[in-house]
Amino acid sequence: MPAPAERRLIFAHIGEPGYTNDLPCYLKHGGYEVLKKAVARPPAELMDEVKKSGLRGRGGAGFSCGLKWSLVDRKSGKPIYLVVNADESEPGTFKDRYIIHQDPHQLIEGIMVTCFANNVKQAYIYIRGEFPEGARILERAIAEARAANFCGPNVVGTGYSCEIFVHRGAGAYICGEETGLIESLEGKRPYPRIKPPYFPAVLGLWQCPTIVNNVETLCHVKHIVDMGGDNYAKIGTPNNTGTRLLCVSGHVKKPGYYEFEVGKVTLGELLNEVCGGPLPGRKFKAVIPGGSSAKVLKFGETFTLKNKDGTTRTLAVEDIPMDFDTLGACGTMGGSGGVIVMDDSTDIVAALANINEFYAHESCGQCTPCREGSLWMKKITGRMVHAGARAEDGALLKSVADQIAGRTICAFGEACAWPTQSFIAKFGDEFKGYAETKKTKPAEAIELV
Amino acid sequence: MTLSPATLQKIAEVIPHYPAEQARSATLPLLHLIQEDLGHIPDAAIEFVAAKLGIQPVNVYEVVTFYPMFRRQPIGRRHIKVCRTLSCALVGGYKTCAAFEAEFNTHRGEISPDGEVTVDFVECLASCGTAPVVLIDDTLHENVDCAKAKALSNQIKAEAATRK
Ligand SMILES: Cc1cc2nc3c(=O)[nH]c(=O)nc-3n(C[C@H](O)[C@H](O)[C@H](O)COP(=O)(O)O)c2cc1C
Ligand code: SF4
Ligand code: FES
Repeated sequence: MPAPAERRLIFAHIGEPGYTNDLPCYLKHGGYEVLKKAVARPPAELMDEVKKSGLRGRGGAGFSCGLKWSLVDRKSGKPIYLVVNADESEPGTFKDRYIIHQDPHQLIEGIMVTCFANNVKQAYIYIRGEFPEGARILERAIAEARAANFCGPNVVGTGYSCEIFVHRGAGAYICGEETGLIESLEGKRPYPRIKPPYFPAVLGLWQCPTIVNNVETLCHVKHIVDMGGDNYAKIGTPNNTGTRLLCVSGHVKKPGYYEFEVGKVTLGELLNEVCGGPLPGRKFKAVIPGGSSAKVLKFGETFTLKNKDGTTRTLAVEDIPMDFDTLGACGTMGGSGGVIVMDDSTDIVAALANINEFYAHESCGQCTPCREGSLWMKKITGRMVHAGARAEDGALLKSVADQIAGRTICAFGEACAWPTQSFIAKFGDEFKGYAETKKTKPAEAIELV
Repeated sequence: MTLSPATLQKIAEVIPHYPAEQARSATLPLLHLIQEDLGHIPDAAIEFVAAKLGIQPVNVYEVVTFYPMFRRQPIGRRHIKVCRTLSCALVGGYKTCAAFEAEFNTHRGEISPDGEVTVDFVECLASCGTAPVVLIDDTLHENVDCAKAKALSNQIKAEAATRK
């Protein structure tokens, strides 16, 4: 069966020879036409299009964008801010990078349509510190757009004004969490805020109502307003509408970025056909389907899911459609769209040790279960790899992980516990027998930690 | 501490990006500008930012000490940041890092004996599809295997030789 064709909406021009990231090129390709039409419509109508589109956030949680916007406190009399989450730091995720570097005006148009729809007068793009070139590109693009009246004062001659500023992070993953991001934007340590009461829609940036959306999400808004929410909702599958950017990395022949209608490509088609399958002589062993925080899937396991009519269906890993709901029903998540593939050469314990080192480094340290738990998970898996492994380490790791999730201020608690919980649940035998396997580990085995 | 006129100019430009009563928000931008100019954040810079934004030095200090990108000490002339995270590691990121360390006879986190580089591991650089990746100062290098690490090192060394 041939792989389903990509459908490129957001990445229509990414990687296209001759397509440059300046305003003239964007205009030549129909740029800012959507904004011009949007500012002639009542904002409520634009919000309605987004609601009808069924768009779900592409930053990780898959939360309804229309619903998020409808929760914004519009009666407080305080200004409403838009904060663009361009922190892109979930391991395995590399989609926003290409939008920012190669098509920044698409993002700016999405931002401006969103700002107009929500009566926002000031937007900040929070971009991770490791994208210095991206920050310069965005600043230049904003200046170009401003000079052409697509942002800044008097947008497209309507009297509506909105400024966009770029704000650079400085290397901390937790700044991707929306309330940590807001604290960082306020010039503080990015300690996530407790919800309630600090829902950004009510008490966000400077205690004002704030919308936080991912870069890709905002690009979708542009296309939704262009084609109409109803038409957009026909793309993809029910409750999983539109297209989505998938980033594939690790052990496949053709890693890279792809864009598909949500749910129209299965994990098997993606990895075997689109990405060319495993490396020569190798077989797939495990895949993390939605950024490193998502629970790992083991090739060979199956999932029995309930259908709407009460019957059941059984899916192999390869059969899982890349949507939000089925991945969720299989115990993992679509998350940020980062698909990390590991083949049968992978030392699973070392792979988890690599992930655990990330989370231990990135915990902000506010909550004891997360700060201590992530550290101990790193220490235990690190010891297993570099010193002695014990048969009971798997159980010990699980007990540490089980004491984090649900007991913390932010979802980082879950994000750091899920890898350990799922690796142990699915590859428990490898943890149990690790002391023995290590003895026969080939000398050329790749170092993971 | 002396900041260049260009840096002072940029500092003056960035502060109004935030509402006047929220000047503290300019802490990160100011620290970036100062570090780009001086190479690191000395005590005097912390005092300077605090005075400029009307906050306490400790407010700036706690920021500098939290974010991995801010440095309290000078580093080598070029900063080689090798991605350590899973997708890069799966295709040889650790070897890439070791290659740079060997080329400059140094260890991660230290200034090389010739003062030319500091090699560091960093977490996922959001370019996992072209792993292993390395950020040298502001430039991303993709698919950096050991051979490419050697070639990049040679470039840096050649450049250093022309300065001597
Ligand atoms: C630990 C953690 C890290 C996150 N990192 C990112 C990130 O790098 N980029 C992003 O867009 N969202 C990230 N998120 C999700 C944001 O908190 C937020 O849900 C998202 O920006 C909302 O935008 P969306 O609704 O458009 O997806 C992260 C969440 C958590 C808990
Ligand atoms: S869960 Fe972890 S990252 Fe989130 S606030 Fe608590 S300590 Fe910080
Ligand atoms: S893991 Fe290295 S760039 Fe993402």
